[in-house]
Amino acid sequence: MKQQQKIIVFMLAAVGLLVLPLVLQGFGNAWVRIADMALLFVLLSLGLNIVVGYAGLLDLGYVAFFAIGAYMYGLMSSPHLTETFPALAAMFPNGMHTPLIVVVPLAAGLAGIFGVLLGAPTLRLRGDYLAIVTLGFGEIIRVFMNNLDHPVNITNGPKGINQIDSLHFFGLDLGKKVVVGGFEVASVSLYYYLFLALVVISVIISHRLELSRVGRAWMAIREDEIAAKAMGINTRNLKLLAFGMGATFGGVSGAMFASFQGFISPESFSLMESVMIVAMVVLGGVGHLPGVILGAVLLSALPEVLRYVAGPLQAMTGGRLDASILRQLLTALAMIIIMLMRPRGLWPSPEHGKSLQATKP
Amino acid sequence: MDILIQQIINGLVLGSMYALIALGYTMVYGIINLINFAHGEVMMVGALTSWTIIGLMQDSMPGTPGFVILFLALVIACVVAATLNFTIEKVAYRPLRNSPKLAPMLTAMGMSILLQTLAMIIWKPNYKSYPTLLPNTPFDIAGAVITPTQVMILVVTAFSLAVLMWLVNYTKLGRAMRATAENPRVAGLMGVKPDMVISATFIIGAVLAAIAGVMYASNYGTAQHAMGFLPGLKAFTAAVFGGIGNLGGAVVGAILLGLIESIGAGYIGALTGGVLGSHYSDIFAFIVLIIVLTLRPSGLLGERVADRA
Repeated sequence: MKQQQKIIVFMLAAVGLLVLPLVLQGFGNAWVRIADMALLFVLLSLGLNIVVGYAGLLDLGYVAFFAIGAYMYGLMSSPHLTETFPALAAMFPNGMHTPLIVVVPLAAGLAGIFGVLLGAPTLRLRGDYLAIVTLGFGEIIRVFMNNLDHPVNITNGPKGINQIDSLHFFGLDLGKKVVVGGFEVASVSLYYYLFLALVVISVIISHRLELSRVGRAWMAIREDEIAAKAMGINTRNLKLLAFGMGATFGGVSGAMFASFQGFISPESFSLMESVMIVAMVVLGGVGHLPGVILGAVLLSALPEVLRYVAGPLQAMTGGRLDASILRQLLTALAMIIIMLMRPRGLWPSPEHGKSLQATKP
Repeated sequence: MDILIQQIINGLVLGSMYALIALGYTMVYGIINLINFAHGEVMMVGALTSWTIIGLMQDSMPGTPGFVILFLALVIACVVAATLNFTIEKVAYRPLRNSPKLAPMLTAMGMSILLQTLAMIIWKPNYKSYPTLLPNTPFDIAGAVITPTQVMILVVTAFSLAVLMWLVNYTKLGRAMRATAENPRVAGLMGVKPDMVISATFIIGAVLAAIAGVMYASNYGTAQHAMGFLPGLKAFTAAVFGGIGNLGGAVVGAILLGLIESIGAGYIGALTGGVLGSHYSDIFAFIVLIIVLTLRPSGLLGERVADRA
């Protein structure tokens, strides 16, 4: 493609993405919500892609960082903590409404610290051992969120935290609709633009990382850790950096998720979610940004869209096949069939490393 | 003191069920380096199949002694699970034998979700009460109790392990399996058919998993489509704990894990003054795993270099 054509395609895509929520809004806010969730999952997949795609560290507990970010935001911007601790209520007479500029860095930072904490003991592990340890870590975090409602009620246990503030910054409250020149922009559409902006920023960060010294070092570690070490790469620090970076993305997405939903509970952070995020990264094309985005959009949005056509099917099978079962069924089939047809993902990176190629026994 | 003995009994029972499942994981991993995430679901299918068979038999021929029904249900469950696992391998894993490592793992995860969903459609999502087919009067051992079902679990596990050890160490198939695990290519040159060996491994693993499923359901008295997930995860943890790819390691890891879990759950409340309850028993497995792998990256009995994985 010529440079000019590229620019035209790019502009068209940008305009399309900007207009999309306004069009979807016409069909009902539920459709915009689907787009919002898809963008959130793109954000998560981009974060996991740093860990799995670039550094080649298989992380099956990624949702833990998402959960940490979400709980951080939830606790800092909901009445839950002030209701439980009278001392806090005295400190914040108007309730805890931590400003965005404080809470998002906090969520990102805490998730990043946990990422490094998880990375540190697992530095010596490789491949499947690492996978199972990260999986265990995810479960540990979930069990704690489920049970930390006694003796001191911190996470409110399985009931979850509700009445979480919507995002507000510069006097703009994303929880309320905005009227621009007689045209109504719904709250979900405002979130859409915010998430879109975050995705664009993440893509730029990921792309720059990929080309940078750090990114090349990560890929060297992915290909052959011993050789990378021999070339003078500090594998320990770089692996920790990958874990921390990926976790930070997870933390930010978590905070966004909490504010967007207004309610969080441990149920949203099960192992199944981790598996889905890994599936998005791998189905799309691990280590390749367009592929990862495609995978995330496909796996998060398609099943939701199908939910709307599931009604007749449900009536046909006498209620046995309801929408959520159908959605699960299709997700599972998609995972199996796509992998069987295209083992390297739907849109794999044109130049790929040794470790992503066929394994030679 | 009797609490300790009781928890040890419970731990052994739990551990032996984990061991049956863990063996399936570790055998498959040893031969094709794949974490078979669908293995826990094979166990679930075994348990639910036996539940259906028991229900049918109790309706059609009342008066049959409980252990006969249980035995027949167990045999049928094993056959169904073996067929299922054989098919899964053939359809979802074999075409990806030479693909990037992540691909078969993802189909395994997909298979796990698929089986759970299908089970939910076939058997409906509610919890089913699994009938107690053995006598209910518990035996008394030094102040602790053990039910006939638990005795049966220990006996059946010991028997299955003995058969498996014989199969792996003293038969032609076992030798072929060990050779393939060592080096599939060279084994092929020596006249071993790797595809056949791999199929056999999946079948044996499924039979063990089905036995575990029936035992698990009769021990806890319930069965459901999601029942395979957590035991599967724990069993895999046990396999890694013992050193994955190593049969003895899987058994040792599983028994230790069962003991740690039940003793931990029995004492954590008293130790922490009631701050942490037995809800946390599910994470002992993972905490122990992280500690063990930090100190010994290839598991308790694992001899292979961690880098191979």
